[in-house]
Amino acid sequence: MNLLVNGDKVEVPDSIETMAQLIKYYQLDKKVLIVEHNLTILNKEQHQYSHISDGDKIEIVNFVGGG
Amino acid sequence: MLKIGSYQFKSRLLLGTGKYPNYNIQRESVELSGAEILTFSVRRMNIFEPNQPNFLEKIDLKKYKLLPNTAGAKTAEEAVRTARLAKASGLCDMIKVEVIGCDKTLLPDPVETLKATEQLLEEGFTVLPYTSDDVVLARKLEELGAHAIMPAASPIGSGQGIINPLYLKFIIEQSNVPVIVDAGIGTPSDATIAMEMGADGVLLNTAVAGATDPVKMSKAMKLAIEAGRLGYEAGRIAKKPYATASSPKDGISVGS
Repeated sequence: MNLLVNGDKVEVPDSIETMAQLIKYYQLDKKVLIVEHNLTILNKEQHQYSHISDGDKIEIVNFVGGG
Repeated sequence: MLKIGSYQFKSRLLLGTGKYPNYNIQRESVELSGAEILTFSVRRMNIFEPNQPNFLEKIDLKKYKLLPNTAGAKTAEEAVRTARLAKASGLCDMIKVEVIGCDKTLLPDPVETLKATEQLLEEGFTVLPYTSDDVVLARKLEELGAHAIMPAASPIGSGQGIINPLYLKFIIEQSNVPVIVDAGIGTPSDATIAMEMGADGVLLNTAVAGATDPVKMSKAMKLAIEAGRLGYEAGRIAKKPYATASSPKDGISVGS
């Protein structure tokens, strides 16, 4: 399955069906992060229900130092 | 006490988290500053490096209120999106609206700042807009319902201190919500002056992070802000053109 994650084209296993699984695949499940799925911002509880399909556009952001 | 929306803080120093030499120095600086509000930015995560450290993991999140900014936004729409992303973390509902309108001076875009503030207030955020020293704009932001007004002392990261004390004073006098002097502070005395003028707080980042010894500077800023606030509350003496002796005139035992 091909996805656009943070502007990069990536290929991930077809076994990944939900956002929570994708986050786990990238080993980010312990991180404080926020996900936008096809321009819809998800709350953490929505990660396990958000179904991923080929061609989806996903943004994964976090807090970094800033003033 | 500093009251912003429904929140109360003992410290009047709001500290930025960017540009520290390393996490150890940063953690110590944050601790010594006494700050209860820390600003952050929202950026894309490096998903291919899951072990990359993040400062959020280095601090006790229960001790601090996060104030994410919308830095990077050039339009109200972009700022609103960044604010929504920040809120979806479930960690905060405060947002520093920062919509830059000029790359060279990093001065805010007043029109887009106003629009973003209005939208985010409607969505229930606690909104702290970063603004210039424009007195009328500050009033309009307050009229919209902004929970604090954050005028710049001088351009972001410039360390020039308060370049327009007159307009800053006008903003402080007219405002019924907290005025937090944001950006441009260079030295502890800059922060003290802002507080002596009656500002409710100071937000700074580079002045500490970029100092030769950030840890020492964060302590200095804490003391400077406390001193300035105490001085403001104590009420300064009036300025007079000529001297007034502090010692009694009578009973002098020298001379005639």
